[in-house]
Amino acid sequence: MSVQRKEDTFFEDRKHLENLSDQEIHDKFWALTEEIIAPLLDLSEKNTTPSVERSVLLRLGFSSIEAKALVEKVMDHGLMAKGAGHVVYVASKENNVSIKDAGFGLLEDKYWDSVIKYFKGDK
Amino acid sequence: MDINKKIDIEEILKDIENYRPKHPGRGWTWRDAGAHEYGDFVYYQSGSPLKNSVPLPSARSLQNIDPQPDSVITTEIASGRFEDDIRRMRMAAWHGADHIMVIRTAGQSHFDGLIEGTTQGVGGIPVTRKQVRAQRKALDMIEEEVGRPINYHSYISGVAGPEIAVMFAEEGVNGAHQDPQYNVLYRNINMVRSFVDAAESKKIIQYANIAQIDGAHNANATAKDAWNVMPELLVQHAINSLFSEKIGIKPENILLSTVPPAAAPAPDIRLNLPYAIALRNLFSKYKMRAQMNTKYMDSSTREATVTHVLNLLISRLTSADVQSTITPDEGRNVPWHIYNIEAVDTAKQALIGMDNLKELVNLNLEGDLGKEVRYLKERAILYMEDIIKQGGYFAAVGNAAFIDSGLFPERNGDGIARDPEGGIGADAIFVRDEDYLAPVAAHYGYNNFKQYGVKNHLELIGECTLENADLITFIDELDENDNVHVRMEENKKYRNSNLLKPEVEWLADGIVAVDLFFPTSKNIAQAAALEVGHKMNLEDVEVIHTEILHPAEGTRVQFKGKVPFDIDIDSLVIPVDPEEMSEKEIADFVLDNPVLVVAGTIGEDEHSVGLREIIDIKHGGIEKYGITYEYMGTSVPIEKMVDAAIELNAQAILISTIISHDDIHYRNMKKLVDYATEKGVRDKLVIIVGGTQVTPELALKNGVDAAFGRGTKGIHVATALVKALQEKAGK
Repeated sequence: MSVQRKEDTFFEDRKHLENLSDQEIHDKFWALTEEIIAPLLDLSEKNTTPSVERSVLLRLGFSSIEAKALVEKVMDHGLMAKGAGHVVYVASKENNVSIKDAGFGLLEDKYWDSVIKYFKGDK
Repeated sequence: MDINKKIDIEEILKDIENYRPKHPGRGWTWRDAGAHEYGDFVYYQSGSPLKNSVPLPSARSLQNIDPQPDSVITTEIASGRFEDDIRRMRMAAWHGADHIMVIRTAGQSHFDGLIEGTTQGVGGIPVTRKQVRAQRKALDMIEEEVGRPINYHSYISGVAGPEIAVMFAEEGVNGAHQDPQYNVLYRNINMVRSFVDAAESKKIIQYANIAQIDGAHNANATAKDAWNVMPELLVQHAINSLFSEKIGIKPENILLSTVPPAAAPAPDIRLNLPYAIALRNLFSKYKMRAQMNTKYMDSSTREATVTHVLNLLISRLTSADVQSTITPDEGRNVPWHIYNIEAVDTAKQALIGMDNLKELVNLNLEGDLGKEVRYLKERAILYMEDIIKQGGYFAAVGNAAFIDSGLFPERNGDGIARDPEGGIGADAIFVRDEDYLAPVAAHYGYNNFKQYGVKNHLELIGECTLENADLITFIDELDENDNVHVRMEENKKYRNSNLLKPEVEWLADGIVAVDLFFPTSKNIAQAAALEVGHKMNLEDVEVIHTEILHPAEGTRVQFKGKVPFDIDIDSLVIPVDPEEMSEKEIADFVLDNPVLVVAGTIGEDEHSVGLREIIDIKHGGIEKYGITYEYMGTSVPIEKMVDAAIELNAQAILISTIISHDDIHYRNMKKLVDYATEKGVRDKLVIIVGGTQVTPELALKNGVDAAFGRGTKGIHVATALVKALQEKAGK
């Protein structure tokens, strides 16, 4: 429901605020802010995005070009929910190679079977 | 760095792949705010002096003091070529900027990933690792030169926020804009995506101790009547501030970007002050980054400067932890070097001029001002109650509740609507599985290390780039035709050579501005100005400003154009700075050879300040060296000066002349010399002239012994006097 034109009804609308002290106004302002941002914090906690995952790969030492290509491959394999850094870690662990070599291997379409097997199987 | 040498860009780019910032992890630096002494004055809202700086022009009369205000001062620099911006950064630092903000090129927000290399930008620069590293390297040198840490800053927004944040943390960036609302409202990036990315970015910002600036001020620039969005501005600031604090950023690193929304001819202070107070009341634990108004900027640099000074008055009547500056030419072009410097000087001058203002005046909060402050807070509360009633932030944005031009609860139905399910990147959001893992530092949200029996990434795989910079992979250039090396090859002949070209933003861009008046109406004046430019052989002539002085009587026009030639330094007659003998040498000579000078301002000239500075001991004038003088006053007839010198048996005549209309100053010099000759005393008397409009080379042609222009000090005149007397004695 899109916001419609509306007159300034401030002096009627403020009745419940009129008698609050300055401190109470301050507290109310921040309590409302807290209420508005709570769901935003919650979804940030629970979700991830290509940019978040690329930033993880940068921190693992990959270049921006490698990070971008790797995250695309992780998406193609339906593994974003596991974390791109996690995928690289698993490839490294399962194939006994370094983190960097695991990433390079995944870029060359190696190691994916082992990663998929790992995430599908019992850990 | 040698202060007499230009910064060597080639040297900065050399070995850049291995450069590490000198102070990694330093984060943001505030000024040493408090009371400091500068010359004869104590400034109560000031910072420590700089080691090297350029004082305000009038400091010439105040022992060249360069008092630094307490607020960090920002300048925004990004001409499209980062290599040229480095030189501007050095100049700005010398004038008092310690927060250098780099504007990104158009379109970077929508670039899905990091940009690499050093391609040229439009309206800003592509912010890349190589560019950031080169500028940080330059600033590491510049901050040592001026003796104050410089905060380097750019933007963490768009669809690659977290990656940019990582790169900034790795490269020693100190400040960044980060506000998901900006992505949502102005860049149409999906809201969930924006907040998820923002949370990760903010976690990294916290880790690197970077100061964060929000994006709320953009609402002023976007809404039709900027002052009506004040309740919403309070809400936008609140959402980003508390969201950031909950993620872990320290409140003192959370800066509100606040712009006084209105500008004169609106009743500026009356509209802006209540808002500024309400904001600082509600957000007392956070910091204020006071920005100047751009919304109502036209092409008059004078008008913009006045608006900005009124903004600075608001800063001093309330507070400004960071005082940002807008260049007064932003309404007409991408800022030029000189206007960055003007803006920084405007802030420095106004803040220092209003030192301790809050101790001198009381704000009358008992009257309408206090009522307005309270009403704004209540309107903001009503605004948030309305957001919740609509179903929360996303629903409210979906309903176009933001950037409506009505003064809430008034609504004009013209807000920006964004689809919570739509926008850029809407299809790329993933719910983390129970075994989700990100084995790195500074990651926000759910992260399952437990599945591997460890507490963090260090136990699992060891350090990441944030702990060990050796792990960073540097990309140099990706475009062999568009990069700094190609650009520098193109203008190589102007780098460290004898060739010069005027410049406004890029080396040898050749641009000059001409300011003129035509006694005619606006349209004719504009056309005539273009013709002047063509007849001056300028290329790409363009009018940049017109101002009607009277519809029929006249118009002021400013235009720009490019000069098609180079200046060869080797072909120039270069003026030399006046000679200076040592103070002792002068005093010793005067002790043995007493000198009496007859001094005065000649012609019909009432100015006396400049001359008094040259003669008075108080100002370091010639009196200091034992020279005595007879001061004749102002508007002294030529004849009277010479007659007095004869009567008092003086050794010299010292005249000052300010008025230069129709070259009257030079004609008076000639008259003086002729009269002394006529009286038969020319050989005996030393005649010295000076004044702000005097060009020494031209004055000397009128037969005087020495001449001085702007910036002269007592010691220069004393030196010339003693030298002339020695020469006469030698003859």
